[in-house]
Amino acid sequence: MRLLAFIIVTLTGAFLLYGTTEFPDWGDPNSPASLHVSNYYIEKTYEDTHAPNFVTAVVTDYRGFDTMFETAVIFTAGIGCFLLLRDFRGKKEHYYQHIPSGVILHVKDEKKLLPIGKEFGYMDKEWVPPDLINKTVCRILIPFIQIYALYVVAHGDYSPGGGFQGGVIFGSSLILLAISYDLKTLVERVKEKLLGIFAALGVLIYAGTGALCLLMGGNFLDYGKLAPLIPGHSGHIRALGMLVVEIGVGIAVMAVMTLIYINIVSEGRHDEGL
Amino acid sequence: MHWPIDIIVLTFVIFCAIAALSVKDLLATAILFGAYSFLMCLLWTIMGAVDVAFTEASVGAGVSTVFFVAAIFRTSRRAKD
Repeated sequence: MRLLAFIIVTLTGAFLLYGTTEFPDWGDPNSPASLHVSNYYIEKTYEDTHAPNFVTAVVTDYRGFDTMFETAVIFTAGIGCFLLLRDFRGKKEHYYQHIPSGVILHVKDEKKLLPIGKEFGYMDKEWVPPDLINKTVCRILIPFIQIYALYVVAHGDYSPGGGFQGGVIFGSSLILLAISYDLKTLVERVKEKLLGIFAALGVLIYAGTGALCLLMGGNFLDYGKLAPLIPGHSGHIRALGMLVVEIGVGIAVMAVMTLIYINIVSEGRHDEGL
Repeated sequence: MHWPIDIIVLTFVIFCAIAALSVKDLLATAILFGAYSFLMCLLWTIMGAVDVAFTEASVGAGVSTVFFVAAIFRTSRRAKD
């Protein structure tokens, strides 16, 4: 069976490699892709949209529909992860730490809950004391990562980057908080409800911008029609429309990445994890 | 001499892919996939697709490796077959 699989894989790979010999050369000016649409984008994008990075212009303006449904796919992934993994049942047994003495209590009675406060604190089964160096380095690093993520989102029109990358970087900074401290630190600061609302809000901002263009008398996602709403910026109104849409994508991606991580690492119980 | 850096990086990509498939320790596989994504990111940069490279670096090398590690943390570390 392994031999058969190996033969099939080798044959498929050989056919794919054979197929690539028919491809036009890399950067060939006579290839079909470079003859028609590329020229238009390269020559006219700046005139049309005033966005210097025309990859972003293609992704969020000319092909805005595509990106909107990509955001919807990310949102669906988050919802799917939530529905599959989220577990609302409480734990059977609890661990507590008696804070003044540092003694760890193991309560096997499901109904007996100790009050959390100055005297008793939660304790995870897999808990290990967070390393001081890790904690300190991550605490200093996380704000810079977040600022960088905001820069990537805001500067998407000018340089590589945009909503997806910025959102992922922002989500990673929150995940880093969970890894360097513990999962409870993250869940206490960033509530699950907030993440769910943000995931939906991001898609709503994107689709809402499109719908607003419809209301202003244009086509769906035709940012040029938004000019009367922001007076004085009619020259680069399409770049501004792209920025709004990128912010929506960033919010959705950030929330979904964090949500997926929390659900995977705690088996959906949102209490203890990596 | 023209140094074929893309061929060298591509060799490392293939090496990482084969290593990720053959290693039994799943945590090592996750890290190898991260290295694979990062080398792919270098390849995109060499070809001038900087936006794709950025996405590959943040999504492929960054957050998906974390997801793999989180999933391995909740299952078992050794491959069964």
